[in-house]
Amino acid sequence: MEKKNPEYRGQATGGCVKSACGGSQAQLSHLPEEIHKKVHNHPCYSEEAHHYYARMHVAVAPACNIQCHYCNRKYDCSNESRPGVVSELLTPQQAVKKVLAVASRIPQMTVVGIAGPGDPLANPERTFATFREISKKAPDIKLCVSTNGLNLPEHVDELVKCNVDHVTITINCLDPDIGEKIYPWVFWKNRRVRGRKGAAILIRQQQKGLQMLVDKGILVKVNSVMIPGVNAHHLQEVSKVVKQKGAFLHNVMPLISESGHGTFYGVMGQRGPTARELRELQDACEGNMNMMRHCRQCRADAIGLLGEDRNAEFTMENIEAMDIDYDTAMTKRLEIQKSIEAGRKAGVKRSNGVSVSFASFQQNAAPRSVIMAVASSGKGVIDQHFGHAGKFLLYEVSDRGVRFAGYREVEQYCDGNETCGETEDRLQRTIRALHGCEVVLCSRIGIEPWTRLEEAGIRPDGEHAMEPVEEALIAVYQEMLKTGLPEKSVPAEQQALA
Amino acid sequence: MAYTIVESCVNCWACEPLCPSAAIIAADPHFIIDAGKCTECEGDYAEPQCGSICPIEGAILNSLGEAINPPGSLTGIAPCRLAETKAEIQAR
Ligand code: SF4
Ligand code: SF4
Ligand code: SF4
Repeated sequence: MEKKNPEYRGQATGGCVKSACGGSQAQLSHLPEEIHKKVHNHPCYSEEAHHYYARMHVAVAPACNIQCHYCNRKYDCSNESRPGVVSELLTPQQAVKKVLAVASRIPQMTVVGIAGPGDPLANPERTFATFREISKKAPDIKLCVSTNGLNLPEHVDELVKCNVDHVTITINCLDPDIGEKIYPWVFWKNRRVRGRKGAAILIRQQQKGLQMLVDKGILVKVNSVMIPGVNAHHLQEVSKVVKQKGAFLHNVMPLISESGHGTFYGVMGQRGPTARELRELQDACEGNMNMMRHCRQCRADAIGLLGEDRNAEFTMENIEAMDIDYDTAMTKRLEIQKSIEAGRKAGVKRSNGVSVSFASFQQNAAPRSVIMAVASSGKGVIDQHFGHAGKFLLYEVSDRGVRFAGYREVEQYCDGNETCGETEDRLQRTIRALHGCEVVLCSRIGIEPWTRLEEAGIRPDGEHAMEPVEEALIAVYQEMLKTGLPEKSVPAEQQALA
Repeated sequence: MAYTIVESCVNCWACEPLCPSAAIIAADPHFIIDAGKCTECEGDYAEPQCGSICPIEGAILNSLGEAINPPGSLTGIAPCRLAETKAEIQAR
């Protein structure tokens, strides 16, 4: 998503929504025992497991069989740091090799997914060749797949055979009148089917596929892209229906639409939701079902613990040079995973980790939430200089956890060469863009912007450089609670989320 | 008689696996059709497969040099209605 996440390319399917690291047990408690077990070690689904385990995506399936208006199908897109963009197209053989190489070097890697760019089930030969080999050579690894759903029903049996236990379907609507505003056409039975008729086929296939997967006991997550004026009012209904049918998670993510991405929506000027609209919808859907709260906007081929991108280590060139003895590696993997499990049971936190438990907060009356801005390149850590950030990610941090609340684009006021004459103005504009935030976290920041931010009532924080975003946010929030949260006028917060 | 892929191709891979004649080649800077192999899908499909899945208007031409997917045919918005539709979308 997303060239983007799972099957997207214009849009991150990794869909960073919100997070509440401490809440995983309660969040999952409504699930039947066997589903709970399946989710337990999945770094993408279990809010707790993502601190311990890792996943990777391999890009083997470039073709797609539908068009989404939020997707730019250009494959060799130069803007590769966009979330969800996969850089290296692999053959199934290369993908298997890469998976084994990563699995032997990173024992915590427990999940392999095939997602975007393209639709894995529009490329069934390549996708299943990859899955079959992995399940044969590394049976301890879980497999997952993300799809637009069009070809899902006819491949359910094969997915079961390959032991795929997690499937993500992107479902944006149940009504073809809405669908035709999102999907201009689908490729169905060797023909292009346009408009409402095409959307109706897609919707029917998605719902049928969802039902079939649930009947076979495969975990299904549903992603929806929130598009104001198109499906925003309809997603609560989607949430209700997919839950009834047995999806275990629903993830609403904001449309990200910039003209520079070259998507139809971007070019036509379709807006994405405001942070507040997104939050209101997520809250409304939460009454309906378990929402995904911890997922970060990850690149689709990211490797490592969520948020720690180690992709550069595993280029095809490096992998060819590696000597892999998977049997030995597997023994080691099992040992390390066992010790992780023992640690989790004992409540031991990750060695470098800040405690992410909120148990201590919960006795008091709920303190108010704080909006914080983060300068991050999107890999889950605070890794950008304040002046180099082209956008800031906004989070609402409260005693219930961390929630992604959208982002603010700014001009980089410092482009590295000394002749930035307009610095003054641009810094001013950046500060205005951050209005409503109380803290801004970045890897480094200059004296001048530091002072100006403070004057504007925004606390700069460079103490958490290279730390995982959520843990840093929580640490800052806990610090603020200790010293006492300053009074804050409601309008300011509303403005921040407007 | 053969189809051609032109520069506006975005290398999305969609057409390549569908061609019944294995005529499509993932070339640089963009995909191309081997004119010697292309059968225009005759005898295999009612509609040429590459032209039926390509997401880019104007990227594939028929043997007369005409776009299989002319402007507006894939977005569903006729060129004369473009400004109007844009205004509608921006009002959302
Ligand atoms: S389903 Fe196809 S068109 Fe839609 S986002 Fe995924 S790759 Fe793009
Ligand atoms: S028209 Fe048919 S035979 Fe010719 S290149 Fe396209 S898919 Fe292949
Ligand atoms: S489907 Fe169209 S854009 Fe995609 S590779 Fe083929 S000719 Fe190029």
